Amino acid sequence: MGATRVAAAVRIGYALPLMTYVAPQTLELHRRPPAALLDLTSDMTLRARMVHAVADLHAGLGLLRLACLLGWLDIRLRYRGSVLGPFWLTLSTAVMVASLGLLYSTLFHMELHEYLPFLALSLVLWGYISTLVTDACTCFTQAEGIVRSIRLPLSLHAARCVVRNLLVLAHSVVVIVAVFAIFAIRPGLEAALALPGIALWLADSVAICLLLGAVCARFRDVPQIIGSVMQIAFFVSAIMWTPDQIGGEALWLQLNPFFALMEMVRAPLLNHLPAAVTYASALGWSAGLLALSGLVFTRTRGRIAFWV
Amino acid sequence: MTTDPQSPASTQAHAVGVDVDHVSVLFPLYHGNARSLKKTVLAAASGRLGQDGQSRVVVQALRDISFSLRSGDRLGLVGHNGAGKTTLLRMLAGIYEPVIGRVRVAGSISALLDPNLGMSMELTGRENIRLRGRYQGLPRSALKRLEDDVQSFAELGDFLDLPMRIYSSGMVIRLGFALATAIRPQVLLMDEWFLAGDSAFLAKAQARLEDMVRGAEILVLSSHSEEIVHQWCTRVMWLDQGRIRDDGPADAVLHRYLGRAPVGRPRPYPAAEPVAQSG
Repeated sequence: MGATRVAAAVRIGYALPLMTYVAPQTLELHRRPPAALLDLTSDMTLRARMVHAVADLHAGLGLLRLACLLGWLDIRLRYRGSVLGPFWLTLSTAVMVASLGLLYSTLFHMELHEYLPFLALSLVLWGYISTLVTDACTCFTQAEGIVRSIRLPLSLHAARCVVRNLLVLAHSVVVIVAVFAIFAIRPGLEAALALPGIALWLADSVAICLLLGAVCARFRDVPQIIGSVMQIAFFVSAIMWTPDQIGGEALWLQLNPFFALMEMVRAPLLNHLPAAVTYASALGWSAGLLALSGLVFTRTRGRIAFWV
Repeated sequence: MTTDPQSPASTQAHAVGVDVDHVSVLFPLYHGNARSLKKTVLAAASGRLGQDGQSRVVVQALRDISFSLRSGDRLGLVGHNGAGKTTLLRMLAGIYEPVIGRVRVAGSISALLDPNLGMSMELTGRENIRLRGRYQGLPRSALKRLEDDVQSFAELGDFLDLPMRIYSSGMVIRLGFALATAIRPQVLLMDEWFLAGDSAFLAKAQARLEDMVRGAEILVLSSHSEEIVHQWCTRVMWLDQGRIRDDGPADAVLHRYLGRAPVGRPRPYPAAEPVAQSG
């Protein structure tokens, strides 16, 4: 019974894919029983709200192609008319890595061939984290026009935001590849360990978009707070400096979610194994984020259209 | 309950219909200076401002609305600006979820609320057509047909492959209209923008629009034009400050709303016979 209900609710109101398109000449084809059922009640129990939230995510998954298209169009439109297009990002990342690498390796008295690959990887990955988190704040408010004119799963807008940032990341990855090639660093078998890290990043990315998108639609001060937090996080999360420089991986560093998540992907690519405590911290924080995001999204899903 | 809800058998269990049961929609006013906003809105919506449990200022856009529509019904919404017509359409489209009450709509829904839905001026006309098709969840096979259909109606020629920002406003309207009328829903929710436009264009659009309205099993139309409502609707609902002030046969309600007999001749399009349900 429960499973049937969930499956039925998965279709609630999002049965758009079943909508028939009929050219005027073939109007008769259209006469068929309803394909969609919209059933919305106030005073929903938590359980009913969860069913709706799951239905939203399920329908969003079904529209993944649309999310990819929208994310790609966002990038294309942002760089419309520019010669290099999104490769400006590659260029600016390259310049930043080169100049900061030279400066800080001198300041920190580090070997360039050790420091630069670390810095390139860190800066590019951090670039993804920080722009995603800032973008997440506006993922629903930016789509205001669409949210208020057609019923679409809200997770579509979150997915669009993630796709957009992944595309930006893809352009910066070139810099990492170049630096690794110049210093002849060949990621070994350990690099495969980055894959679970990347999977975790994807889950966290969607969660942070749903969470911050909803919270920031309601409380317009939050984006500013998030901006400051990310600024501070940049300096304390071992992006510019290596964990070795503070005498090994201190516990406070491990408990920093940004560091733990970063290390989960970064260390394997630099042929290190992340510490067990890093994994514990990353998984713990991610579980917390997913739970909080799920809870907030379940509570606010029906209200977001009023807030944007 | 062992039937798979995705199977055709169970989707046929519901007939096309709209059921609205004691629905209220409240808008919280969070942003801006609530006090000055309060003054502004007070003038416009006297008596509709209140405070909810957490003493937030809210506007009651819809208050205790109940009605049902079945296949063949053509409902017209009349009322002054801010009476709640568009909010009611958005509620039926599932965009605003009811704060109190319950709304059920069985059937594919299309809400023509915003002529430029999802259209980006930076994209070409053709890209916008594809994007709209995807928003509406059309399968791939239908996208091409949608494109051909819109292309032949909008008559944009080579402009279809140019960015929309260089279109004339008339071309934008033609494309928006062609797109909106290309997708045929069972429940059609239409706002009055749709009937605006220059007369030359309207003449051409009329047939296509009528085709679409005739194809829909249920029509809910919001308009200020008594002529259009009288012509197309069999039933009229008069909304006033979010409440149903009057609801009944088009002629009678329009008479009371206008304080005189409505002009124009009724020409409602009856919906075709509902499908015989198999199984």
